[in-house]
Amino acid sequence: MALELSIKDQNQEVELFVRRAITMFVLVVLMLGLIALRLLELQLWNHDTYKSRSDDNRIRVQTLAPPRGMIYDRYGRLLADNQNAASLALTVDDMDDLSATINLLTDVLQLSKQQRTAIYERIETSRRPDVALVVIDSLSESQVARLAVNRHLLPGIEVVNQLVRFYPFGRVAAHAVGSVRRLTDEDLRNADPVQYSATTFIGKRGVEAYYEQQLHGQVGYQKVETDALGRVRQTLDVQSPSQGKALRLHLDIDLQQAGVTALDGRRGAIVALDPRTGGVLAMVSPPAYDPNIFVSGMTETVFAELRSSSYVPLFNRATNGQYAPGSTFKPIVAMAGLAYGTTTWDQVIEDRGAFQLPGQERVYRDWAWTKDNSGGQGMVDLRRAIYRSSNVYFYDLASRTPIKDLVSFAGEFGLGSNLALDIPHASAGLLPDPAWKQGAKGLPWYPGDSVNMGIGQGDLLATPLQMAVVAATLANRGRRVSPRMLLETFDSNADSTDAATEFSGRVGDVGGRATQLALEKVNAEDWENMVQAMEDVVHRGNQGFRGNGTAWAYIGQDIDYRMAGKSGTAQVVEISQGEEYDEETLSEFDRKHAWFIAFAPVQNPTIALAVLVENGGGGSSVAAPVARAVIDVHMAQQQAMAQHAVTSSNRFVAR
Amino acid sequence: MSNIDFQRSLSPYGAPADSAPRWYYRLHIDPILVVLLSVVIVYGLVVLRSAVDGNEALFNAQLQRMGMAYMALIVAAQIPPNFYLRMAPLIYLLGLLFLVLVLFFGVTVKGSQRWLEVPGLLRFQPSELMKLAVPMAVAWYLQKRSLPPRLKYTLICLVIIAVPALLIGRQPDLGTSILVFGAGISVLLLAGLAWRWVLWSLVAMVAVAPLLWQFVLEGYQRQRILTLFDPQSDPLGAGWNIIQSTTAIGSGGLFGKGLFQGSQSYLDFLPEARTDFIVAVMGEELGFVGIALLLVLYLLIIARGLWLAAQAGSTFGRLLAGAFVLTFFVYLFVNVAMVSGILPVVGVPLPLVSYGGTSAITLMAGFGIIMSVRTHKAW
Repeated sequence: MALELSIKDQNQEVELFVRRAITMFVLVVLMLGLIALRLLELQLWNHDTYKSRSDDNRIRVQTLAPPRGMIYDRYGRLLADNQNAASLALTVDDMDDLSATINLLTDVLQLSKQQRTAIYERIETSRRPDVALVVIDSLSESQVARLAVNRHLLPGIEVVNQLVRFYPFGRVAAHAVGSVRRLTDEDLRNADPVQYSATTFIGKRGVEAYYEQQLHGQVGYQKVETDALGRVRQTLDVQSPSQGKALRLHLDIDLQQAGVTALDGRRGAIVALDPRTGGVLAMVSPPAYDPNIFVSGMTETVFAELRSSSYVPLFNRATNGQYAPGSTFKPIVAMAGLAYGTTTWDQVIEDRGAFQLPGQERVYRDWAWTKDNSGGQGMVDLRRAIYRSSNVYFYDLASRTPIKDLVSFAGEFGLGSNLALDIPHASAGLLPDPAWKQGAKGLPWYPGDSVNMGIGQGDLLATPLQMAVVAATLANRGRRVSPRMLLETFDSNADSTDAATEFSGRVGDVGGRATQLALEKVNAEDWENMVQAMEDVVHRGNQGFRGNGTAWAYIGQDIDYRMAGKSGTAQVVEISQGEEYDEETLSEFDRKHAWFIAFAPVQNPTIALAVLVENGGGGSSVAAPVARAVIDVHMAQQQAMAQHAVTSSNRFVAR
Repeated sequence: MSNIDFQRSLSPYGAPADSAPRWYYRLHIDPILVVLLSVVIVYGLVVLRSAVDGNEALFNAQLQRMGMAYMALIVAAQIPPNFYLRMAPLIYLLGLLFLVLVLFFGVTVKGSQRWLEVPGLLRFQPSELMKLAVPMAVAWYLQKRSLPPRLKYTLICLVIIAVPALLIGRQPDLGTSILVFGAGISVLLLAGLAWRWVLWSLVAMVAVAPLLWQFVLEGYQRQRILTLFDPQSDPLGAGWNIIQSTTAIGSGGLFGKGLFQGSQSYLDFLPEARTDFIVAVMGEELGFVGIALLLVLYLLIIARGLWLAAQAGSTFGRLLAGAFVLTFFVYLFVNVAMVSGILPVVGVPLPLVSYGGTSAITLMAGFGIIMSVRTHKAW
């Protein structure tokens, strides 16, 4: 060891080391030079490429959903509002482990099993995994806080503020205003994919659906800086979306409320029109649903209940419920008889409570008929036939009026068609004629069919909306109007209002508008007489049982304005010959429907309505008080406005 | 020993035996090297400050570790080289023992078994120790032999190097394995290993490469090499790191986006921005000028280190000090080359800058040893 050491030549070793160190240093410099070259390549020569790549990384263009236009009633009360809701959105692409993240989310937010399933369902129906998808609509404040704390554990999850629809009046205006629903793939196929790229809700029912285009607005864009997890760090540039148009409806929420209250939980419908314009003042259809649950989301069971309930709350009875109009059809038969010369105001018949066609056995009974044949109205002229609602008079009249004339005349009142301008899904009812009967039943038109039609029974069906048009046409002395929901649209942010006539095409127009309607050719005097007869229905009292208007006892004794009306009681099941109608023995859904059509004031009417109470019983006793309750509210309003010298033509000013 | 003393006094490179040692050499500190190291450390802390994105706790932890690193430097510098010489074989064998223990009892972190733990007491990486122990052992082995080393001794040195390097590679920790291997080879190169042998080894390695590829490299390691050549083949997976780091560096341009302005790192596109990829943060925020400045500082440290090594009073000291300097270079080269997309991704931190203390402490201890061999009197 010591020997070898002494052999070593220190100087030589130091020189060797120095040479090697210098060589290595040169190598070091060369290799650092290589790195410097690489850096120059990245940072100098290809700088632009990497610069734009870095910008592409961080900058994303996002679309911004436009706020939906508001919906107001005729006096500017908000029917459909937008509210800010904290929603939970997730971007599938930004998640490492979807199910683990959702498990954690379930713990953090204490979600129920259904909510969890709902999240998965929404992810499955999602269109794009790289776009934030709202999976929970309204988070509570404590949920938002817990999310904030656990944010770092939940990549791809963010809380977004979303404007969601809110219906302040809930079920009161549900069927009239309609509701929005979560946008589905199918909606997207039918809609402009650019305009709807950020939209989460679309109008699905009622006004919300029909005026979707106007309410929706224009999509906006923003450039945002996002991090590697897709979270927005800052906004670089915004092109704001423009809010959809605000709608002002003819609807009067007070009348709407009055109708709901008056029906008091009974199934039925009320449609009130402004006879001057056809504007729908009220459209009530209880039982209703709360439209807000379509926004916040509902559980399967709630939805199943809504759908399967035998009271069909989702069904709009006002526009789609089709019922035999019963005696409310009588004024039409009367006017047809006058128009086609089959009766006059002076013609008198004897009503003994029953009617038979010549040579036939079948007995057509009056509503006042009893087994002992003590019923019957006695000597009846047309005016009395209306205010006493004599069936026999109209059996006789209808049997003598040519069916084609009766049908075409009734058709001009809007029966058998949907006259509404902006209620496309309203039903047309059924106005039967010989051709229809031959086609649908394969049977010829019997004289008995005409007899039944005389009192609004048989196959004849009408919706409350259609009967409201009938009421309005009578109120207008033959001038028919088309129902409409929309009063006007206006810019949500400006004061300017657009014309109310912004309809994207008339819906359900009846053919032959070019030719003058037969009902317009009827004498003005005949219309005036009919109005008086209908006035008697309400106001003729203290004349003994056979002298009073049918509705007087129920609504006519303490009324301080003039109102014209006509009651109707429609059979649901046929009562066999010789038997009496006994409410007690019939099941709930077999009882008679109660109708009442009315308008007020008699001179220059401002409201015309139709009330239907499903399986309610007598029209005068059940439906007439409901009609009166609604009209009372309207008249009080009119009076108050007259006192304040505020007319309905005053300019509406947005909040 | 007097013979050696005499020779040293003649040597133009050794410390002059007769001149009075400067005050700082009595403290066994080289002020120039300390200043250079400190400049790099402060510069690194500035960049780290940006990379931690406001996380004070992380930054303070790094400050503490740097304090410990300075302590390691001072302590290592006080210990005379003779002690290292005597302890070299023991440290090496101890390190080997630890590596074997790691193989059986190591704690697994992020898929590799690198740590030894005495529960409740301490936890450390034996591979880190080997970065110092391997060059020490090789220098110890060669200092008794005449240089340049003969083939037989060279082969024995290779065994000394290869055993720990392979053990570390098994953990797997390719980065440290490369560093340990590089540290050992540095000693051989500085000891005068014949260039033609070096050349032949390179040729042999190229020849064996396909076999290595086939039988030695793990799937993910192969993937990393493939990714280097075509990062876009899997931009969101294997290619992500390299795409994002080159994007960060490239988008920095000549002067950078400004300190604390790097979108790539702030928006979390850049992976491991605090640790292995911190040079990308520097490149993005301070541009080419920023990295070039760092590289120049590194070059000055290397130059000063080699200068000190050349003046060491013994072969052991020279070889050891020189090897540490070259290891330092391997560190920084592998890291910067990896981040800028020249080399495949291996886990090697940027020396003295990356977040994480162990490597900084080892490195500073190494610089302490360099100062020790330069400042201690003959032994």
